[in-house]
Amino acid sequence: MRAPLRLLCVLLLGLAGLAAAQAIDPLPFKDHAQEVRFQQLTSQLRCLVCQNENLADSNAGLARDLRHEVFEQMQQGKSDDEIKQYLVARYSDFVLYDPPLQAGTVLLWFGPLLVLLGGAVAVAVTIRRRSRRAVPATPTETGDDDW
Amino acid sequence: MTPELGQLALILALLLALAQGILPILGAWRGNAALMALARPAAAGQAVFVGLAFAILAWAFLQSDFSVAYVANNSNLALPWYYRLAAVWGAHEGSMLLWVTILNVWTVALAAFSAQLPDAFRARVLGVLGLIGVGFLAFILFTSNPFARLLPVPADGADLNPLLQDPGMTFHPPVIYMGYVGFSVAFAFAIAGLLGGELEQAWVRWSRPWTNIAWGFLSAGIVAGSWWAYAELGWGGWWFWDPVENASFMPWLVGAALVHAQAVTEKRGSLRAWTILLSIFAFSLSLLGTFLVRSGVLTSVHAFASDPRRGLFILGFLVVVVGGSLLLYALRAPKVVGGKPFALVSRESAVLVGNLLLTTAAAMVLLGTLFPLIGDALHLGKISVGPPYFGFLFTLLMLPVVLLLPFGPFLRWGGSGGGAQLRSVLLRVSVAALACAIVAAFFADGRLKAVAGVAGAVWAGTGTLLYVYKRWREMPRGRRYPAEMAGMLLAHAGVGVFVIGVLLSESLSTTRDVRMAPGQTQSIGRYDFRFDGVAATRGPNWHAEQATVTVSEDGRTLATMHPQKRTYLRGQVQTESAIDPGIVRDLYVALGEPMDPQHLEGAWALRLYHKPFVRWIWGGGLLMMLGGFAAAADRRFRTKRQAGADETVPAGAQESHA
Amino acid sequence: MSRLLPFFGFLLLVALFGFGIWWNTGHDQREVPSPLIDKPAPAYALPKLDDPAQTVSKAAMLGHPYLLNVFASWCIACGEEHPVLMAEGRTLGIPVVGYNYKDAPEDAKAWLAQHGNPYDLIVADREGRTAIDFGVYGAPESFLVDAKGVIRYKRIGPFTPEAIERELKPAIAALQRETP
Repeated sequence: MRAPLRLLCVLLLGLAGLAAAQAIDPLPFKDHAQEVRFQQLTSQLRCLVCQNENLADSNAGLARDLRHEVFEQMQQGKSDDEIKQYLVARYSDFVLYDPPLQAGTVLLWFGPLLVLLGGAVAVAVTIRRRSRRAVPATPTETGDDDW
Repeated sequence: MTPELGQLALILALLLALAQGILPILGAWRGNAALMALARPAAAGQAVFVGLAFAILAWAFLQSDFSVAYVANNSNLALPWYYRLAAVWGAHEGSMLLWVTILNVWTVALAAFSAQLPDAFRARVLGVLGLIGVGFLAFILFTSNPFARLLPVPADGADLNPLLQDPGMTFHPPVIYMGYVGFSVAFAFAIAGLLGGELEQAWVRWSRPWTNIAWGFLSAGIVAGSWWAYAELGWGGWWFWDPVENASFMPWLVGAALVHAQAVTEKRGSLRAWTILLSIFAFSLSLLGTFLVRSGVLTSVHAFASDPRRGLFILGFLVVVVGGSLLLYALRAPKVVGGKPFALVSRESAVLVGNLLLTTAAAMVLLGTLFPLIGDALHLGKISVGPPYFGFLFTLLMLPVVLLLPFGPFLRWGGSGGGAQLRSVLLRVSVAALACAIVAAFFADGRLKAVAGVAGAVWAGTGTLLYVYKRWREMPRGRRYPAEMAGMLLAHAGVGVFVIGVLLSESLSTTRDVRMAPGQTQSIGRYDFRFDGVAATRGPNWHAEQATVTVSEDGRTLATMHPQKRTYLRGQVQTESAIDPGIVRDLYVALGEPMDPQHLEGAWALRLYHKPFVRWIWGGGLLMMLGGFAAAADRRFRTKRQAGADETVPAGAQESHA
Repeated sequence: MSRLLPFFGFLLLVALFGFGIWWNTGHDQREVPSPLIDKPAPAYALPKLDDPAQTVSKAAMLGHPYLLNVFASWCIACGEEHPVLMAEGRTLGIPVVGYNYKDAPEDAKAWLAQHGNPYDLIVADREGRTAIDFGVYGAPESFLVDAKGVIRYKRIGPFTPEAIERELKPAIAALQRETP
C-alpha cells in the first residue's frame, strides 16, 4: 500500500522513467554474510526522497548513491553504527527507522510500557475484587454451553 | 444525465439516512411505536439509493463515460473491464462510496436478521447506523463528489494506478471495508445499549456473531493487502508497518480483544463496561484509519490527495461520533460489577490478560504511528518510526499471548478446580515445544529466531490439538465441537501457523541481487536459477520486457518463471515479479534494469528470493478468518432466547463500583 | 472519574490531529531539517561547470558569504525556481553559486542557455558524492554559507519571491551585521 507514493514521488521529482521500478542493485560483496549485513542495515534506513521506502528498496537516485556509500564504507571496515552516524550527521535522525532512545523519544519507547503497567494494575484490581467474591467451587457447570 | 441521477440518489440517501438516524431514536425515547417502525423502511430506502448511486458510478466506468471527472482520472479505454469495475474504488471518492455501500449492506443485513431484538433496541441500533451513514454521505456530497463533471470531455481517460491493476488489490478494499464497517454493528449495539440501559448480557449475545464476522473480514482484508504487497511490490516483504497498514491493524487488534471480551460478557455477565468500551474503540479506530489515510496529517503513502477540508470534515465527524460515544460511556456505562465472580486462575482472568496485551499492542501501534506528528507538535525534530520499533515491541507484547494461548480452552469459567489438568497441559506442550525446538535447531543452523518460531508454534498448536483430543474423548458424537468452539480452535491454530510463517520466513529467507547474462546460473542453497534472456511481450494496456528464468534443484527443472518489467500506457513502469509457490517455500524472481540500457539482450540485474514457509503467514491469517466466520455460525446465536436468561442482573442491584 | 479517561485521551488525540491539519497547511511534510545548520560546511573541491579543469574549494570561498543553490536540468521544481533567481539573484548582495547536481554538463549548459544564467559561478557534482556531505536529498535546495564557511540557513524546495523576502534576505542581513 506504500506504492502509490512512489508514483507521486516520481512525479514530484520529475524522475519519471527512472524510478517506479524497484531497486535491484547487484554489488560485488565480499561474501554472503556481508550481503546479508548490507541488506539488514539498508532496510533499517529511511530514504529521504520517497519517504516511505527504506534504502534497500528505494530506486530513487539518492537512495542508490547512499546504498553505494554504505557499501563502500562496509568495504572500508566501518561498523553499522559508524555508518549510521555518518548518515545521521548529514541527514538527521530522520534516516533511522529505529529511533534512538533520547530525551525526545522516551515517550515513544516507554509509552507502551506505561499503558501496560496501568492496564496491569486495573486487571489485577479487577481480578482481586472479583475473586474475593468467589463462591466455593461449583463444579456443576459442565453443560455444553459452558465449555 | 445519468451521473446527475447518481448524485440525486446520494442526496435522497442522505435524507433517508437522516430519517433513519433521528426518528427511530426519538421513537425509542418517547415510546412511539410508529417512529420506531420507521427504522427498517428508512434503512431499506437508503440502501436502495446508495446501491443505485454505486451502480451508476460502476456503469459510468464500464461505459467509459469520461465526462465524469472521477472516471476520466482513474480509467481509460484500454483498461480491461474487470479493472474498470475495480477502478470504482481505486481512488478517494469512489472508495468512500464503497464504504457507504458496505455500511448499507451491513445495515440491511441487520434489519433483516433482527426479528428477535426488542423493538426499541432495534430502532436504536438502526438509528445509530443511520447517523453514521449521514456522516459519510455528507462527507461524499460536500467534499468528495464522485459524480463531478469534467469539461471539456477528454477523448480518453488517464489510467488506474498500475499498482492497483492486480487481483489482490481488486478484492482488498471491499473485504477490508467489510471488516472496518462491520465493527459499526458492535458499535451500534453498544451505543443502543448505553442509550436504553438494556441488559448488556442480552445485547452482547446478539452482537457477537456480527463482531466475529467483521473481524473475520478484517483478517481476510489484511491478508489480501499483505499478499498484494508481497506479490506486487516486488520487495518480497509482506508487512512494512506503514501508517496505512497500521490503520487497518489497530482495529484488528482491538477487534480480537473484543471477540474474547464479548464471549466473557455474554456467558458470564462480567466485563460489561470493558466490552462496551472495546466496541467503541474498535469502530473508532476504523474511523481513525480513514482519517489518517485521507487527511494527509502523516507522511502517508496513499494516493488519496490530502485536502485539509476533508481532514477537517472527518475530524469533526470523529469528534461527534467518538467523542459523543465516549462521553455517553462515561455517563451511562454500567456502574455495577455484574456477572459471576471468578478466581485468579480462571478463563476470565486469562481473557483479561490477553485483552490487556492486545489493547496495549494497539496503543503501541497508535503511538508509533502518530509519534512523528507528536514530534512536530513538541518540536522534537523529525523522527522516523519504522519496522525495528514496531517489530520489537510487538513481539514482546505478543509473546505472553502465545504462551497463554494453549491454556485458554482448558481454563474453566469462574476458575474452580482443574489445576491438575492445567499442569498436565503445561507438561505436554512444554515437552512438545522443546522436542521440536531441538529438532529444528539442527535444521536451522542454530538460528535462534527460527527455533523460537518452531517452539512457539508447536506450543500453541499442541495446546489446541490437546483440547481437540479432549473433546473427542469426552463428548458424545455430534456435541464435540459446536461451531463457536470450532471457530476458536481454528483461530488459535491460525496463530500457531502464523508464528511459524513469520519467524521461519524472516530468519531463513535469502535474498540476492545479481547481475546475470543469458545462460548464466546463480544459486541460492539447493536452487539454481538460470537466466534465459529477455523478450518483449504485451498485454491489453501495457508492454513489457519479460525474462525467462529456469529454476532447477539437483539438475531437475522445478519451474520456468517469467518476471516482467511493464510499461503502462501513461509511461508508468511497474515490476511484475514471478513467484513459484510452495507449501514450505516460495521462489521469487524480480527483474531489474539492463546493465547496459543499449543492450537488452545482454546482462540484466535480477533479484532472487528463497522464502521458506512464507505462505504460512497468510495461511494463519486465513485460519483466523475462518475461525471468525465459523464461530458466528453457532446455532446458539440464532435461537431466540429470553434476554439475560443466564443470570439477570438488573442495573444497580449489586454492589456498586468503588 | 476513571470512566472519563477514554474521553480525555480522545481529546488529546483530537488536539493532535487538529494540530496536524493546521501544521500541514503551512509545512511540507517531506521537508527534513538539516542537522548542518550553524555547522561548518563540508570541505569540498568541485570542478567548474564551464571549465572542468579548474576546481573550486571551500577554502577558496572563505572570506565572504555566498548562496549555494543546488539545481539540475532534470529537476522540474528547479524550472519553477529559475525565474525567481533570475529576477532576484542580483539583488541579494552576495554571490549566488550554482551547484549542478547529478547532471550531464551538456544538458546543464543547454538548460542555462535556454533559461538564462543567474549564477556568478557554477560548480558541478556529476556523481552526487559531495552532495551527500551537504545532506542534499532533492533539488532545488539552497545553502547560505557565511564568511567563515558555516552554513547559516537552508532552504529545501524552490525559492519563491515571498520566501526570499521573508527568510533569505533577513538571514543575509544578519550576516552583514556580524561582519561589517
